[in-house]
Amino acid sequence: MTDQPVWQPAASQAALKSRAQQLAFVRGFFAQRGVMEVETPVLGRCGVTDVNLDGVPAQVSASGIEGGWLQTSPEYHMKRLLAAGSGPIYQVSKVFRNGERGRRHNPEFSMLEWYRPGFDDRELMEEVSDLVCGWLGCERPEIMHYRDAVNRWAQVDPFGSTNRELMRRCEEWLEPEQLAGLGRDGCLDLLMSFAVEPNLGFGRPVFITGYPASQASLARVSERQGYPMAHRFELYLRGLELCNGYWELTDPAEQRRRFEADNHQRRLAGKPEIPIDEAFLAALEQGLPDCAGVALGLDRLLMLKLGAADISDVLAFPFERA
Amino acid sequence: MASYSTNEFRGGLKVLLDGDPCIILENEFVKPGKGQAFNRVKLRNLMTNRVWERTFKSGESLEAADVIDQDMEYLYTDGEFWHFMKTDGSFEQYPADAKAVGDTVKWLKEQDVYTVTLYNGAPLTVTPPNFVELEVVDTDPGMKGDTAQGGSKPATLSTGAVVNVPLFITIGEVLKVDTRTGEYVSRVKSS
Repeated sequence: MTDQPVWQPAASQAALKSRAQQLAFVRGFFAQRGVMEVETPVLGRCGVTDVNLDGVPAQVSASGIEGGWLQTSPEYHMKRLLAAGSGPIYQVSKVFRNGERGRRHNPEFSMLEWYRPGFDDRELMEEVSDLVCGWLGCERPEIMHYRDAVNRWAQVDPFGSTNRELMRRCEEWLEPEQLAGLGRDGCLDLLMSFAVEPNLGFGRPVFITGYPASQASLARVSERQGYPMAHRFELYLRGLELCNGYWELTDPAEQRRRFEADNHQRRLAGKPEIPIDEAFLAALEQGLPDCAGVALGLDRLLMLKLGAADISDVLAFPFERA
Repeated sequence: MASYSTNEFRGGLKVLLDGDPCIILENEFVKPGKGQAFNRVKLRNLMTNRVWERTFKSGESLEAADVIDQDMEYLYTDGEFWHFMKTDGSFEQYPADAKAVGDTVKWLKEQDVYTVTLYNGAPLTVTPPNFVELEVVDTDPGMKGDTAQGGSKPATLSTGAVVNVPLFITIGEVLKVDTRTGEYVSRVKSS
């Protein structure tokens, strides 16, 4: 089982060519709409508090500073640019997530992230559709509520059910002792991954919206159908999660509360706490313009374009060969 | 005992699950972008040969199973055990019971080399090479000149295995047989 070094790329020449065309398409798309391309650090001073995102620590030593993190997303830096008055911006960048490897994951991947001052989640979903359907030539997506999707395919109400009911539903996949430490959102993630996602976006792409407030991350929350729901959306094509967007939270106090809640979750999960990015919060204090933003996986977009079942088919050098 | 965390899971890894040694066949990493990661794993239970599908939360771990494959020469049977010897010059011998030998019993020829899978140092399974060469000890009389017809007849080999062979095969000939399918491949030229 020893790994022999492989020097050849994993992706075919055709896939590499299509990747270059995709990048040109993306840049043309935003140039036409007056969205400015930016570059922010891949190597940042801070990590992220998200309990389910593990950054890759870097061991940098420079100008008296030790440490650093390879970024899991350019979000905080881009929002600092927005707070500084950048106007609409986009970025194509490499991002890093420790431990993530599979047919749809590589610990390093290409992210397209963009922000639109003055847009709300609905308007940004329209623009995502323009980009994705313009490149793939697919039908425009339908919009489905998270609640309806989970109800339909997992046969359980993600908002109205008790924790016990959700856990019972998850026993199809996990033993009771495994479920003990999973929590409500963990149960919902399990149902989303195994019961819902495999059904999403066949025939027509679909946006899932209206996530539970506990999964709002950096999205604002408002009450709908009697429950607090996040203005967050994800696009699915052929069972593949392609992007994650928010009508962005601009309230620094609420953002700090969420970071602290993340670290509380981390402590409970036995994970190290991550220091909060104070530069990002200072930018929110200064004032993030009302905006919507979205992050889209470019490797997955290319998988869809080429009909590839494995992300390795579209990467020059997936981690094992990198 | 060592253990493997989900991010070390990969095909071929041998682990303990519910007390039984298993080999990981497939490992699928599943994770919503911002959500909890899971591993959907297919394993074959090496005791029962059954295939299991299990889900693990990312970060869970399984104990490593002390399972290794070794080349060993088949020596003899005493009726209860089949005795094998390591080919590394150590002359170490291992008795395999009927459960470990299983269907391989019909391909066992003295001095041939087999793969013996050891679990905690004891034979768990015995796997024959893909091809074995065995002598025909019984079959209907050969029908010369009938090679083009493609008919077949049963032939009993020295180990007791019965395979379908072409009509021209006669007693005393040595045949090459594919152990995976149990099918006749060819005659072996006597040297």
